[in-house]
Amino acid sequence: MENLRAYLAEHAFLQGLKSEHLDLLVGCAENVRFDPGEFVFREGKTAERFYMVRHGNISLEIFKPGHGPIAIETIGEGELLGWSWLVPPYLWNFDARCLDLTRALALDGACLRQKCEDDHDLGYEIVKRFSSIISQRLQATRLQLLDIYGNGGKR
Amino acid sequence: MNQMNSNPMLPRSFAINRVLKETYDTFTLDLAPAQRHTGFSFAAGQFNMLYVFGVGEIPISISGDPNDPGRLVHTTRAVGTVTKVMDKLKLGDQLGVRGPYGTSWPVAEAAGHDVVIVTGGIGLAPLRPAMYELLSHREKFGSVVLLYGARTPEDILYKREVKKWRSEFDLNVHVTVDRAAGGWRGNVGVVTAMVPKAPFDPYHTIALVCGPEIMIRFTVMELRKRGVPDDKIYVSMERNMKCGIGLCGHCQVGANFVCKDGPVFRYDRIKNLLEIREV
Ligand SMILES: Cc1cc2nc3c(=O)[nH]c(=O)nc-3n(C[C@H](O)[C@H](O)[C@H](O)COP(=O)(O)OP(=O)(O)OC[C@H]3O[C@@H](n4cnc5c(N)ncnc54)[C@H](O)[C@@H]3O)c2cc1C
Ligand code: FES
Repeated sequence: MENLRAYLAEHAFLQGLKSEHLDLLVGCAENVRFDPGEFVFREGKTAERFYMVRHGNISLEIFKPGHGPIAIETIGEGELLGWSWLVPPYLWNFDARCLDLTRALALDGACLRQKCEDDHDLGYEIVKRFSSIISQRLQATRLQLLDIYGNGGKR
Repeated sequence: MNQMNSNPMLPRSFAINRVLKETYDTFTLDLAPAQRHTGFSFAAGQFNMLYVFGVGEIPISISGDPNDPGRLVHTTRAVGTVTKVMDKLKLGDQLGVRGPYGTSWPVAEAAGHDVVIVTGGIGLAPLRPAMYELLSHREKFGSVVLLYGARTPEDILYKREVKKWRSEFDLNVHVTVDRAAGGWRGNVGVVTAMVPKAPFDPYHTIALVCGPEIMIRFTVMELRKRGVPDDKIYVSMERNMKCGIGLCGHCQVGANFVCKDGPVFRYDRIKNLLEIREV
């Protein structure tokens, strides 16, 4: 438990979180490990958790019929994987596949949602942090969609 | 400018002595003067006006090593009328060359600083000479970081060289692509997203940025968020050009001629021209 708390406190996503809130999160957290090639989650499955990556890299992929998997983003050390646990209907939109040996902290979505309901200060803090990440990713996605290195679709 | 003829608008004839296909639409030509071999001195970041006889003349950055003036190198992406004909040229064919023109990357001024290079797509070509300069005087700089973004793994320029740089222990090289099909084990995501995590000290850094203008704007935003001052950020701008020497006004942006006052500008001097808006 002590270890888990230290890992949570160290992770960039929770930097500066109040000590009593960290205590609450420990109860929802677990250390997890994935082998290279292993899927953390698959598209369409229930999003029960999210992951704070400690080591390794995870590829977010979408399956394009006739083409196979297309990688759209890599999530690495110090980053956060998954927010579908926060928004109904709690389903993953992508596949997440480990590129190398990956260690992460997994947080149980239902457990955390309950703690956020019980303690709105914690809830607001978590939602603020997720919103900031979602907005950064949205901006990155828009840049990707602009296809700035493209040749006007002439390829 | 000692290479220029007395009439600055008259190109000198060069012969192609090496053709290298870099990616499906990008190629590198090595040129040698058709008559006497005098070498071609230039500074990292400068460009030449290349004339495809009977077709047209375009600005292309010099992408070779400034310490090797015997090889005049240009990497070009075939996008339109002139570049597509250039793509078809063969060994021994001739090109007209005027230059070198324009301002250069502040490599000497960067001594004593960390250097972070952020580039995307063909933008690596004008920055490769700066990489060569940094590497040949490596001891003068702190961290040297290269963040390079391409559209897909197949679009990565100078693959072998980038791979070699990645393996150097005193260089931090990070490559990312916007999307990738199976088999790519590298990073996927936009190059601007790498700036927050890159290992440099923002208060003692010179940043060199080149790529599509949208990429430049968002890169500058990330660099500023980290605390890199505006007068330590340098960007290279592209505008249509005709004369290349500040006569015709074709490349004018505000009070600046990109051909003469640029293409490399210190960001604080042109920031109102690269207005930051949300995508
Ligand atoms: C200082 C400077 C340095 C440059 N250095 C390089 C370099 O090292 N390598 C290089 O490949 N290019 C470089 N460029 C850009 C290059 O000059 C243009 O791509 C070239 O002029 C296009 O000429 P074209 O006749 O082939 O295309 P055009 O027939 O003029 O254009 C055809 C189509 O291509 C599109 N197009 C034009 N330019 C670009 C572009 N830059 N990117 C994407 N689409 C474009 C146009 O929108 C148009 O639809 C540089 C430009 C400047 C100003
Ligand atoms: S191209 Fe003629 S003034 Fe710049």
